[in-house]
Amino acid sequence: MKKHVEFKNHQREIFHFQLRLVVSIGFVLVLLAILLVRFIYLQAARHNYYQTLAESNRISIVPIVPNRGLILDRNGVVLARNYSGYTLEINQSKTSDTEAVINDLSSLIEITPKDRKRFKKLLAESRSFETLMIRSRLSDEEVARFAAQQYRFPGIEIKARLFRDYPSGEKTSHLIGYIGRINETDAAQLEENNLAANYRGSDYIGKTGLEQSYENELHGTTGIEQVEVDAGGRAVRLLSHTAPVPGNTLVLSIDARLQEIAEQSFGNYRGALVAIDPNNGQVLAFVSKPGYDPNPFIDGIDSQSWDELNNSPDVPLNNRALRGQYPPGSTIKPFMALAGLNFNIRKPEQTINDPGVFYLPGSSRQYRDWKAGGHGSVNMFKAIQMSCDTYFYGLATELGIDNISNYLSRFGFGNKTGIDMEGETSGLLPSQEWKAKRYQQIWYPGDTVSVGIGQGYSLVTPLQLAFATATLANDGIAYKPHLVKEVRSSLGAEKRLIASEPVYDLNIDPAHLELVRSAMVAVTQPGGTAVYASLGAPYHIAGKTGTAQVIAMKQGEKYDEKAVDERHRDHAWFIAFAPAEKPRIALAVLAENGGHGSSTAAPIARKVLDYYLLGKVPKPLPDVKEKEGIEHD
Amino acid sequence: MTRRQLWLRFIAHLDRPLLLGISLLLATSLLVLYSADNASMDRPLAQMRNIVVAMTCMWLVANLPLHYLMRTAVPIYVLGMVLLVGVALFGEISHGARRWLNLGVANLQPSELMKIGVPLMMAWYFEKHEATLTLKNYFIAALLLLMPIALIARQPDLGTSLLILASGFYVLFLAGLSWRVMGVLLVAAIASAPVMWPMLHEYQRHRIKMLFDPSQDALGNGYHTIQATIAVGSGGILGKGYLNGTQTHLDFLPERTTDFIFAVYSEEFGLLGSLILLALYSFVIWRGFAITGNASTYFTRLMAGSITLTFATYTFVNMGMVSGILPVVGVPLPLISYGGTSMLTLLLGFGMLMSIETHKKLVRS
Repeated sequence: MKKHVEFKNHQREIFHFQLRLVVSIGFVLVLLAILLVRFIYLQAARHNYYQTLAESNRISIVPIVPNRGLILDRNGVVLARNYSGYTLEINQSKTSDTEAVINDLSSLIEITPKDRKRFKKLLAESRSFETLMIRSRLSDEEVARFAAQQYRFPGIEIKARLFRDYPSGEKTSHLIGYIGRINETDAAQLEENNLAANYRGSDYIGKTGLEQSYENELHGTTGIEQVEVDAGGRAVRLLSHTAPVPGNTLVLSIDARLQEIAEQSFGNYRGALVAIDPNNGQVLAFVSKPGYDPNPFIDGIDSQSWDELNNSPDVPLNNRALRGQYPPGSTIKPFMALAGLNFNIRKPEQTINDPGVFYLPGSSRQYRDWKAGGHGSVNMFKAIQMSCDTYFYGLATELGIDNISNYLSRFGFGNKTGIDMEGETSGLLPSQEWKAKRYQQIWYPGDTVSVGIGQGYSLVTPLQLAFATATLANDGIAYKPHLVKEVRSSLGAEKRLIASEPVYDLNIDPAHLELVRSAMVAVTQPGGTAVYASLGAPYHIAGKTGTAQVIAMKQGEKYDEKAVDERHRDHAWFIAFAPAEKPRIALAVLAENGGHGSSTAAPIARKVLDYYLLGKVPKPLPDVKEKEGIEHD
Repeated sequence: MTRRQLWLRFIAHLDRPLLLGISLLLATSLLVLYSADNASMDRPLAQMRNIVVAMTCMWLVANLPLHYLMRTAVPIYVLGMVLLVGVALFGEISHGARRWLNLGVANLQPSELMKIGVPLMMAWYFEKHEATLTLKNYFIAALLLLMPIALIARQPDLGTSLLILASGFYVLFLAGLSWRVMGVLLVAAIASAPVMWPMLHEYQRHRIKMLFDPSQDALGNGYHTIQATIAVGSGGILGKGYLNGTQTHLDFLPERTTDFIFAVYSEEFGLLGSLILLALYSFVIWRGFAITGNASTYFTRLMAGSITLTFATYTFVNMGMVSGILPVVGVPLPLISYGGTSMLTLLLGFGMLMSIETHKKLVRS
């Protein structure tokens, strides 16, 4: 019996076990089915997707940033170059607490408060995956010291990079400009112009000056390296390589030495000088004083230095030559004279009597000549030579604003010259339409009187005035001014000249030109307003002085230089070209608050002319004391 | 005795179908390790040594008659428990977990021993009380299971403790734990999840969270899963070819000789290779179930069933982990992943299966 029960139990137990075994097998089959479905999903259905992911894992496209083109002056003097150096950089994605890391680093490598401020600014502006520079220009010793401790600083690395350098610093700051880090605005601009691909890997872009306007030439073409990378991002194998094409070299028409002499000749004056070769429009000197050191801008200037520059009353960041707008004053008179001859309002020999004051018909308002008592009997030649206001009051009134405006615009007044630099202003050549639009007022005859001597609404830039002077010097044939003479490819000897063909011919009667130019030569001769300008010069200088009022004088008030604050003194102009018989250089000089053109602006011009025409390097000259009476404008 | 007779005696206790399946998987292991180690012979040679040692142990166990096998249950279990307590008190910490015991000559991971020790002990216990099984016996068996698991989970080693829990549960299941009790346990397990959650270590919680969305942490913990899934998926139907897996050879795959070796295989041999491997595993599992079905005693049936199911579970968990449907729990791919301890444990298990299969005729006769 017992045996039977046991047997029965055994049978039942076997049956139960086999049931459980079947359930187990079913369970395992389900597990295997799940894997099967998953494998088919991954390896068949979604294969393409994962294939792409694996490829993008594997292949990394590494841009190779081209070397930026050099900028040379016409004689090969280097004005912008690259040098290689070491930087200390931080990879943001690998570092969580940058502040702490930098504190740590400062025990190894000197990190100044300025560096920290600049870094903070970079950090705020950067995209999150970028590596950012903490310090540049590390010494070999610093590099060695860091290398020994590098394991302590994951995400920090030393990189060899090319740096931009402007050896002439302040002297060419407004001309060359500077490059700076690509910010969001730049990036958006590049995107818009379909240039973003060529800027992959580039950190810098031209921000102002020629660095900006010739960005496309200077940048070069970015090379591409396709590399197979491992999970650590290390390159394992080079798959393909396209070499970068370095940026082109700019050869300027600027003469760096001339630029330097012009710059120094300003002494402590603020102002601008533009010198142009009238025969082809090449700009020989392009000065705006004061300048600034462009080098700190490259890697982001710290905010304190920026504030100092930006808030300085001298506005060193303003490119006066390109953007400064001033009343032309008496420098407009030669052009007014040509307008008078052109419209046959005045005959050269026709004289007027200057009693020292001018009245519009039926008006009692006085327009005074700068010389009390007047110049007496004055013809056109004498009017230019002595800068007779009364003559030009009358001339302008008879010409009328429409004729003045039409004629002067042919010399480029009121328009951008089209120079190869961005940000040019167009000055102001007033007209009836302009006044109606700007002030909703009609044009009064009195407005025309002021325009006749370059005051009132008239505004010009130093560049415009230099351009007009060059056109005058070149027999009325205008060449568009340009700063870059040629573009050279850095690889081959390929050269591209920047256009020098004349823009237009004003078709001025040679007799008219002859009269005005001889009168301008007389300006620098005894009896002229700028006799000092050509004292002892072995060549003839055609010139014209000018004064731009800074504060308006009330009717009947007399301008007294001693009584006004220095910054309210008049601006001094001088335009000139030489040699007068066959001009090789034309220029316009503006000395802010310089008082009289003859005493401050003309000597600057003279030094520039002497160097350019004679190779004469000026000795530091004693400050010129103005000679009362003769040299008054 | 002739040479042939000697040979026949030598292989008498080796189950041929099982040996065939195991050998094919081990050959695959050497092949894939060569690729996973960037065409270096270091790992394959070391694995060869592991295989030789483990095969010898398997042969020994296969030749061990069943009553000897049963007698080892209590000593192995007790030794395992002592060592686990030892680890808890004096164990070496590596990677933030206390798993290893330094015995001077070698580092021992007692939890590996318990992978066999626990089901062995439970099967032994059920065999002892075969005639008079009540709910109380199941309760005691469950206690035998939960004590070592508590110690292993404390180390912490979530993966191993869950797998031992599974192998012990299989014993309970095969021993006939009533469906009703299992239903209650299941409900209790689900209900206890919110209670368990705060008790888990941060990294364990993280791993579970990553399971649901690995891309959340693509450079951290999700990285393993993402890269492994990419490797498997990019393999396609036919694979990238042996030694040509880019994920493998460019270092994107982590742990590629151990836990993630399936990704290497799958990337280079594609869906076709995956199916072949799955078939090989199915063959071994099928043979295990066949042995289980033929087993002559209660003890051997429970033991064979548990070993087979555990093997299937390891395979599923590892492949599921690599292909991104299970969290990364640190389970090697059985017989293929590099590693001496797991190789030894597995082949000891297969040795037992062979012993069960080849000694039953002796028991019957």
